[in-house]
Amino acid sequence: MDKEQIFREMKNCVLEGEIELAGELAEKAVELGIHPLEAIEEGFTAGINEVGERFEEGDMFLPELVAAAEAMKAALAILEPLLLEQQAKRKIMGRVVIGTMLHDIHDIGKDMVASMLTAAGFEVHNLGVNVPTDTFVDKVRELKPHILGLSALLTTTMPEQEAVIKALEKEGLRQEVKVVVGGAPVNQGWADTIGADGFAENAIDAVKLARGLVG
Amino acid sequence: MAKFSFESQPRFRLLTEAQIRDLHAKALEVLETAGVKFESEEALKVLADNGALVDSASKTARIKPEMVMDAIKRAPERVELFDREGKGTVILGDSNVHFDPGSSAIKFMESDGVTVRKSEARDLVQISRVNDALGNIALQSTAVTLYDVPKLIGDSYRLYLLLKNSPKPIITGAFSVHGVANMRDMLAALRGSKEALREKPLAVFDICPSPPLKWTHISSQNIIDCARFGLPIETVSMPMPGAASPATLAGSVLVDVAETLSGLVLAQCVNPGTPFIYGGAPVHFDMRFGTTPLSAMEATMIAAAYAQMGKYYGLPTHTYAALSDSKTVDAQAGLETSMSGVVATLAGINVISGPGILDFVSCISLEKLVIDNEICGMALRLNRGMDLNEDTLALDLICRLGPGGNYMSEEHTFRWFKKEPYIPSPIIDRKDRNNWVEEGSRGSFARAQTRVQQILEEHQPPALDAAREGQLDRVVKDIMAERGIYELPFGPR
Repeated sequence: MDKEQIFREMKNCVLEGEIELAGELAEKAVELGIHPLEAIEEGFTAGINEVGERFEEGDMFLPELVAAAEAMKAALAILEPLLLEQQAKRKIMGRVVIGTMLHDIHDIGKDMVASMLTAAGFEVHNLGVNVPTDTFVDKVRELKPHILGLSALLTTTMPEQEAVIKALEKEGLRQEVKVVVGGAPVNQGWADTIGADGFAENAIDAVKLARGLVG
Repeated sequence: MAKFSFESQPRFRLLTEAQIRDLHAKALEVLETAGVKFESEEALKVLADNGALVDSASKTARIKPEMVMDAIKRAPERVELFDREGKGTVILGDSNVHFDPGSSAIKFMESDGVTVRKSEARDLVQISRVNDALGNIALQSTAVTLYDVPKLIGDSYRLYLLLKNSPKPIITGAFSVHGVANMRDMLAALRGSKEALREKPLAVFDICPSPPLKWTHISSQNIIDCARFGLPIETVSMPMPGAASPATLAGSVLVDVAETLSGLVLAQCVNPGTPFIYGGAPVHFDMRFGTTPLSAMEATMIAAAYAQMGKYYGLPTHTYAALSDSKTVDAQAGLETSMSGVVATLAGINVISGPGILDFVSCISLEKLVIDNEICGMALRLNRGMDLNEDTLALDLICRLGPGGNYMSEEHTFRWFKKEPYIPSPIIDRKDRNNWVEEGSRGSFARAQTRVQQILEEHQPPALDAAREGQLDRVVKDIMAERGIYELPFGPR
C-alpha cells in the first residue's frame, strides 16, 4: 500500500469521524515506517482542514466537526508520543488556555473550539466553566500560553472578559499573551472596546484566528 | 375508511396514552438512576430529608418514584391569577390559553424597525403601557433587561415598573437570590399583606434549570424561596436537541420531563401545595450555525408533547411560542410567530410567552407586539372552538329562506355577526384594494407603527391608587437603601 493511499484514508477517516479507524491507521503508518510527523500533517490534518472548509460552505455540521476532532485526537494519541521519542517535535502551533467566564456555565461552543484547536496542532488547556478572573491570570502566569481564549454566553458575564484583560494589565502580563473572546453575544465591537486581540464567531474561525496570531 | 364512523376524526395530539405512560415511567427512571444536580446545600438537604439519595461530592440527588408521585399529587391543578386591583383574571389550567410578551430580551428595536439597541427602563414602561391596550394578551412580563439599572436591583425594578404601568398579572423572574424576597415584599405591599398575596397571586416566577438535569445555586434557592412564600413557580426547562439533550424530539421531551419533575419535587417538599406551572423554552439546535431557534416547528412539537405530560400530571402548562427568530419584522417573523403560536394553542398550553419577540429572544419590538396581538386574537378564536347548538345551526332559518335566501337583514344575523368572529384591528388589512391604495398602500409594519403611536398617545392604563403606590414606593426605597442605590430612572424619589 503506498503512502499516498494511506494519507487519503487518513484524511477520509477524519472527514467521516471514524475514531477507531483513525487509531488503526496511525498504527499502520508506524508499522510501515512512515514518519509520524508526515502522517499527522499529510494525512490527518488534511482531513481537519477540509472539514473546516466544508463547514463554512454549509456542507458539514457541528456534530461532524466534533467527530472529526475526536478522530484526530485518536490519531494524535498514538503519533505524538512517537514524535517525542524521536525528538522530532511536532510543530506545536502554540499553547492555548481557554475557559468560560465566572458565573457562566455554558461550554458547548468553547469545548468545540478547544477540540478544533487541538486537532489543528495547538496545545490546549481547557479550564472548564465558571472560571474566576484570578484563575485565568494565574494560569497565564503559570503556563505562559500564546493565546488566552475567553468564552461568555451571557451578557451578564461578558464584563468578566474585560475584567480579565484589566487584571492581566495590572499584573504586567498583558503583553505576554494574545487575548481572544467569543460566545454568542460577543462581537468584534465588544472585542475592540475591551482591547482584546481578536474575536471569533465559531470554532473554525477560532482556528484561523489562532493561527494568525501565532504565525 | 368506514362509513358513518368516527375513526379518522382529526385531533392534535402528538402522544398516545401509551406513550404518555411510557415517558412517565422513563422519567422516573432518569430521576432514580441518573439523578439531578442541585448546586445548593439547602436543596440537597431538603431532598435528602424527604428520601432522596444525595451524593454530596457530585451534588446529585437521586429521586425515588414515591417522592415524584407525592409531589405530582400535591400540586394544585389550576392556578388563578388576580390583577393588581385584586380582581380574578385568568385561570391557568385545563385548555385555557393566555399569552404574555416574551422575556427577557436584551435589545429593543425602535419604531423605525431597523435601529436595535440595548434595552432600558423606558422600554419596559412602553411595553407595559402598550401591552395594557392589547385585548388578546392577558398577562404582562418582565420583557426586557434594564441596562440603565444596577444589576443588584435589576430583577426587582422591572416588577416595580410593571406594577405601576398596568394592572395585568405578571410573569416575572429573579436573577439573584435576594430578588425573590424583594419582589415578594413589593407584591405584598400591593395586596396589603403576605397572606393576602398568597390568597390572590399577582405574579408567576419563572425559574430555569440548566440543561440537562442541573439547577444552579440561584435557581435552587429561587424554588425554595418561592415555595416558602407561596409564590407560583413556573419552571422553564430548555431542551436543546443534539446539544444538551438527545437529538431526537422524544429524547428531548424525556429530559424535559425529568428536569421539570425534579423542580416540582423540590418545591412540594419545601411547601406542599405550592402552585406550580410546567413551563419550558424548548429550542431546535441548528447544527449548521450553533444557534437556537425557539420558533422552529421541532421546538413547538417538543412543547406540545411535554404539555401533554403536564396535563397528564394535572398541572398547568407553559411554553415559549408565538415568537420569531428573525432579525426583523418581516415575513419570517410573521410566519414563525403564527405557526408556533397556533400549534401551542392547539396543544392547549395555558401560558404562551412570546409576542413581540425576535432574534432568539434577544430583541423586542413594540410594532411586532401589536402585530402579534392579532395572531393571539386568531389563536384564541381557534381555541374558542365552534359553537354548535340549535340557535347557531339555524335549521329553521335555512329552511325558511330556502334556495337563494339572503341572510343580511335577518335578526339572527344581527345577533351573531359580531359575536362569532374575532374582529381584528386595522393592523390586519381587509379593505378592498382601492381603499388600501387611497390610504397609502401601506404594509403591516407601517400600520403597526401607527397603532403603537396611537396607543402611546391615547391609551391611559388605570393608575395605581395613591395609597398603595406610596406603600410600594416605600418598599422599593428600602430595597434601594439596602443595596446602596440612590437613584433609579423612574423613581421612587
